[in-house]
Amino acid sequence: MYVAVKGGEAAISNAHRLLADRRRGDRDVPDLRIDQIAEQLSVGVDRVMAEGSLYDKELAALAIKQARGDLIEAIFLVRAYRTTLPRFGYTQPIDTEDMLVERRVSATYKDLPGGQLLGPTFDYTHRLLDPELAHDKQVDKPVTREGEHEKVVRVSSILAQEGLIEADGEMPEGRVPGDITRDPMEFPMERDTRLQALARGDEGFLLALAYSTQRGYGMNHPFVGEVRIGEVELEFEVPEIDFAIPLGTVQVTECQMVNKFKGSAKVPPQFTRGYGLVFGQSERKAMAMALCDRALRAGELGEDRTAPAQDEEFVISHADNVQATGFVEHLKLPHYVDFQAELELVRKMRAEQAKAASDAFDLAAE
Amino acid sequence: MSGSAAGSEVQARRQDAMRVLANASADELRQIYADMGMSVEASVLRGPETGLVTLRGRMGGGGAAFNVGEATVTRVTVRLATGEVGHAYHLGRDAERVRIAATIDALIQQDGNAQRIERELLGPLRQRNASRSKRKRDETAATRVDFFTMVRGEH
Repeated sequence: MYVAVKGGEAAISNAHRLLADRRRGDRDVPDLRIDQIAEQLSVGVDRVMAEGSLYDKELAALAIKQARGDLIEAIFLVRAYRTTLPRFGYTQPIDTEDMLVERRVSATYKDLPGGQLLGPTFDYTHRLLDPELAHDKQVDKPVTREGEHEKVVRVSSILAQEGLIEADGEMPEGRVPGDITRDPMEFPMERDTRLQALARGDEGFLLALAYSTQRGYGMNHPFVGEVRIGEVELEFEVPEIDFAIPLGTVQVTECQMVNKFKGSAKVPPQFTRGYGLVFGQSERKAMAMALCDRALRAGELGEDRTAPAQDEEFVISHADNVQATGFVEHLKLPHYVDFQAELELVRKMRAEQAKAASDAFDLAAE
Repeated sequence: MSGSAAGSEVQARRQDAMRVLANASADELRQIYADMGMSVEASVLRGPETGLVTLRGRMGGGGAAFNVGEATVTRVTVRLATGEVGHAYHLGRDAERVRIAATIDALIQQDGNAQRIERELLGPLRQRNASRSKRKRDETAATRVDFFTMVRGEH
């Protein structure tokens, strides 16, 4: 027999106080400042902005500090904060061609307008730990070279000139882009809504799915047409002003994945595309997003849907790490009554089974 | 006709100023505005209020729009004693910079102030914004790959 009880207030309050203490750690070690996190752990901050779905570096850095570096917990904090703010509206779509490019590489064309710009990349580093970083190492200023002012054309525009690649991706005229923060998700989903879900999806989950497509589970033979990182300007229209208001700039990462496609009854052989667009410097995520976007277009392109990465409901329903962690982690909360009921049930079944066995034995003995 | 032309000129001036102010560093904006020592009577009509805007991108870069995620934005509306109403919306949550920007938006609607603000505030900020962008562009340009071809065999 289980009797419901109240309790735990003091334990919870002391646990939170203990958490605050452990978060702070040794008081002889200086307290981390938010600007230190934003400046020196910036890629982690970017991940919290992308998956928290809120562009605000200071808040993301604060969340990382509060979460003791647990990025999913930090993302959860940011998502919770978002819900406290009113929404002013939607920006004009950003123009990634007009980006102040900090990095831009293409794996499909060696010589392309704007060139291959490596930017601040981990690529080509030797992945050897640098013991000097354990101290306050003096870091050299970057080398500069007179930059050209030419527009860095998207690589997709170059391929488009030959007509061998599909267009950027259109939706029916007059369609208002789906918004998963406003309307409950429904399947099948339109591509615009899916892209929103992917943009805030868990990097690890999308990376694993993207990897699975490369290993043959929904193979679509990808090339990185282009990855670019840089700042884009935001413009916003409000009723009280007759022109678009410049809001400032944000940093984004864009990936144009180009995929071989043998064609179908409806479409001639050509290159198809997957698209990734993520807040901050998040190249791995943008590439994974683009691969997943392409895999999820299987139905639209008349391909057989055989692999997990092509299963829209499976991918989108499990991509959100705040939902995922909520459901998995809730298992540790008290389930005393649930479990008591299950226990009673198992005992009863055992008793019935034992009785049936002894009845059968009696019958055989007679 | 000339009225609407003047109107569109003010509009272009305001939009340009808003771009300069939104891209300026908060410290520089505050500093230069304080140094100007303008005594402005501006009453706050709305805000400062922080909210969200939803950022939109385009699939494939230039295709149909989709929602990428939200950003924090702070807005302020002020009115000068002379009646001009100024608005400002900036990314982030820094109410003070947005209040200054709204005041400037109101001030530059008066031809008398516009010139001085351009000369002492917008001009210098525009220059600093441009030099920050140029530095970034030049740092990136130094990481540009210069391919060279190794000629093999005889011609």
